[in-house]
Amino acid sequence: MVEPVRQQIIISGIGGQGVLFVTRLLAEAAIGKGLPVFTSETHGMAQRGGTVLSHLKVGGFSSPLIRPLQANGLLVLKAENVLQHGAFLKSGGWAVVNGRSDAMPQTNISADTIDADTLAQKIANPKSINLIVLGFALAKAEQTPEHQDSLFCSFEDIKAVLESRFSKNKELLDASLKALHAGFSAEGAE
Amino acid sequence: MNERRLLLGNEAIARGLVENGCAIATSYPGTPASEILAAVAYFQKENKLSMHTQWAVNEKIAFEIAYAGCQTGLRTAVSMKQVGLNVASDPLMSAAYMGIKGGFIVISADDPGPHSSQTEQDSRLMAMMARIPVLDPDSPHQTKEMIGMAYAISEEYNTPVMLRPTTRVCHARQDIELDYIPQNGREVKFEKDPTRWAATPRFRFHLHKALEEKLMAVSQHAPTEPLRHNPEATSSKAIISSGVAAAHSREIIKELNLWQQIPFYQVLQPFPLHTQFIEHVINAYEEILVIEETMGVIEMQLADRHRVKGKMTNAVPRVGELYPETIQDIVSQFVGIQSEKLEIPFATGRRPTLCAGCPHRASFFAIKKAVKKGIYTSDIGCYTLGLNLGAVDTVLCMGAAISQACGFYHAYKRQKKRPDIVATIGDSTFFHAGVPALVDAVVQNVRFVLVILDNRTTAMTGSQPTPASGLGPCGEPLEALDIKTLVRGCGVKFCEEGDPYQIKEFTALVKKAVKYSREHGPAVIISRYPCIIDAARKEEKAEYIPVEITEDCDGCGYCIKHFECPALLYHEDEDEKFVSIDRILCTGCGVCLNVCPKGSIVEKK
Ligand code: SF4
Ligand code: SF4
Repeated sequence: MVEPVRQQIIISGIGGQGVLFVTRLLAEAAIGKGLPVFTSETHGMAQRGGTVLSHLKVGGFSSPLIRPLQANGLLVLKAENVLQHGAFLKSGGWAVVNGRSDAMPQTNISADTIDADTLAQKIANPKSINLIVLGFALAKAEQTPEHQDSLFCSFEDIKAVLESRFSKNKELLDASLKALHAGFSAEGAE
Repeated sequence: MNERRLLLGNEAIARGLVENGCAIATSYPGTPASEILAAVAYFQKENKLSMHTQWAVNEKIAFEIAYAGCQTGLRTAVSMKQVGLNVASDPLMSAAYMGIKGGFIVISADDPGPHSSQTEQDSRLMAMMARIPVLDPDSPHQTKEMIGMAYAISEEYNTPVMLRPTTRVCHARQDIELDYIPQNGREVKFEKDPTRWAATPRFRFHLHKALEEKLMAVSQHAPTEPLRHNPEATSSKAIISSGVAAAHSREIIKELNLWQQIPFYQVLQPFPLHTQFIEHVINAYEEILVIEETMGVIEMQLADRHRVKGKMTNAVPRVGELYPETIQDIVSQFVGIQSEKLEIPFATGRRPTLCAGCPHRASFFAIKKAVKKGIYTSDIGCYTLGLNLGAVDTVLCMGAAISQACGFYHAYKRQKKRPDIVATIGDSTFFHAGVPALVDAVVQNVRFVLVILDNRTTAMTGSQPTPASGLGPCGEPLEALDIKTLVRGCGVKFCEEGDPYQIKEFTALVKKAVKYSREHGPAVIISRYPCIIDAARKEEKAEYIPVEITEDCDGCGYCIKHFECPALLYHEDEDEKFVSIDRILCTGCGVCLNVCPKGSIVEKK
């Protein structure tokens, strides 16, 4: 019998980076695969520049929130947030962080890093950091299939979600897929 | 198979309403409830439903409109945040006595934390006081189910029913199965029955008696009986929970491997608590832990004090949101197992501030310039953040800026030195509860200045229309009210409009108003400029004035302290202090050109 999927993922960044958009793509990918899904985000006075955190739970959960030391994975769009939100990660969980590896804050988390800010400039789409980091996380998950807690969805799943979301806006779809692919095929930051 | 959609808790509530044939839905915006009515309107448009949706001027009016709808036999609902229910408590208490004809649901969203409210009050206590049943959903999915349950109870027992979601339910998203939406076909028929619909005290006595009987019956209502999730568990210690705390608890009990051991009950209807359930748990268990938000409502109905642990015994914190990690601690302690205390480090961020380019900032700066030492009363809205600028001294509740200004005036009026009083209130808040207070100020000839911050929207809750917008929740055109006419109609003789972006002229206008008020009575200024977030959403383009900071800036920090625009960045290193502009945040409003006392902020040529 295959173990049913149960994954808890924290997505962290700052206002304006598109944390909620990434969360939504992942949640819709889960629905596409027929999996139950829960998301929660910090609301309220969060504003541009403030921390944005969202909880994504895929599988049979009843609580909308992730407790400390329970997350299977961490998707971080702003490196310094690792200090605060690293506390959610399980030991042995994966972390994908936007930033140069020499600019990582000191923690005991071993993260895969990608310099998405630079990559986004390169593909002339400064607002695509979120998709680049997501693409990179998808690549990391596919490279480590033995890792039982890797991502529940694949590059193709996210691509399908983007295609249905932007079916009426070819330009936006192409730009999004380009960013996702840029992250997916990136080497990671030194 | 039906479509599954990712829905916000509030959208799931809305979906439940339309799937259950709700024909009138009203609301006044307030976090965390604001998205409910917007989503009802969305489904109304998407499915071309013949129903009435409305943003009312305040919660009391919203309640009364929806209630009258149910008196004609239609299913109706009103939604609001918990403090909104205070405003609507007058009709609530009375409607409970009179009962309903069509099903009527009062949705009151609580905000344990609090994340964005003045209080952490528990609406379930209001339901208890009004003597109406209340349901407590644990998830978006359950909110939708409970709408059906609530209409059934309402119509079976002839009573309004409350649904009490909390922030975590309202603002979580979940995959929700969409069911069929019936096209409303009920007959609209108001049957006269003055001994009920217009009952005098003598009849009210009988209505009260009938109400208590209804409650007895609802406490036996089978479909909302507490759920016993794990009948296999047989320990003499049991846990009872409701709402999102039950969702957290269920997961934690499983993960602590206590599922086979500790009996777990989820209460769906915290009031009236099922009588058989009370008897059962008191007889069956040595110790009972109750985990609920925000007050001990279930706990206080379990009469046997020495077996029940909860908020009253300090086993569960009395204030703040119950985070799952807190619940893990509480459960572990109750069962007597070790658990690591876990916490997420607190974010050290910037304090919340008005957006860059926000017209409120300009109004406050002008007020402070014109009235150096005054009493500044204010109100509920984005502009509460004027306290960062020292331009807000008091915030009590909706509309109190004006009545508190009156109170301060009366307190000081026989003193030799009387401070100038400047009240600030938003346009939506003015309509909501400010108008009666202004009438009072006119009658009493209160000498104060009222600045109505008219940004043409209800900004803080996500830009809902105001009575001055002339728009309904589906975007349909309505009559638009003119604030100035309304102010004049209240009997105010000094009422002028100004553009706060023209800060010199605006400051002069405030000075003029203060001078008038000292001698003659209330003076009102309407500060007109649209909310920039709302304007951006509507793709309205404003003039862009590029600003820059000259070499002369000596980093005195005046602009940072007194103006606090997030686009003005302060830098300090060993040998230099200076200010720069964040080009991404800056909206080019140009207001700061008048802020630097040394003239170091200039227009970029
Ligand atoms: S811009 Fe003007 S007010 Fe601001 S720090 Fe520089 S000199 Fe002071
Ligand atoms: S022009 Fe000045 S006040 Fe206006 S947003 Fe830019 S920095 Fe802030």
